[in-house]
Amino acid sequence: MLVLTRKTGEAIRIGDDIEITVLSVQGDQVKLGIDAPKHVDIHRKEIFLAIQQENEAANNTVDLTKLFSTD
Amino acid sequence: MKIETKYHGEIELNEKDIWHFEKGIPGFEDEKQFTVLSFEGNEVFFVLQSVNTPSLGFIISNPFSFFKEYEIKLDDAVTHALALEKPEDSMVNVILTVREPFNESTANLQAPLVFNLENKKAKQIILNDYSRKQPVAAAATKE
Repeated sequence: MLVLTRKTGEAIRIGDDIEITVLSVQGDQVKLGIDAPKHVDIHRKEIFLAIQQENEAANNTVDLTKLFSTD
Repeated sequence: MKIETKYHGEIELNEKDIWHFEKGIPGFEDEKQFTVLSFEGNEVFFVLQSVNTPSLGFIISNPFSFFKEYEIKLDDAVTHALALEKPEDSMVNVILTVREPFNESTANLQAPLVFNLENKKAKQIILNDYSRKQPVAAAATKE
């Protein structure tokens, strides 16, 4: 992993069109500003992982007769 | 073309009934083509069926019929990804995680599926302000 040290207000540039700026640091919380093209999806990692897991759980095989008896 | 499905056996699928998920969906990034299948005599539940993987199929439903107050904002990233020109061109569904007994089932309101009816592009988007495991039964009994 590439490790860079930045101060508040400083930024890093990834490729031609992604820029991440350190907006503020308070205790162990870092506020980041991200400029990226619209086609780049940006998510908090733990939420993205949770959605992956939920999709995997949702791909179970459902007993349709029970499903329809509930609506 | 003919495809095998999870709940409907072998079906005949027309190109026009294929939804294109350019980046797949989280957890299934290689799955870029799905179709939506209905069940005879049932207008609540549908299946989002993978075109390429018979065993991959999700039970989906219209969130607005379960959760009257549900609303989502389609931001620039989504309208851009789907080339969506106006809200009326879109359809929204959510994936259900069906459990037994059914009242333990949940709807993933945090990651709705957005479909562009005009160009057949679709995407599962991730919102920050909704529950990933919204009980379905609670909503049903509220009405």
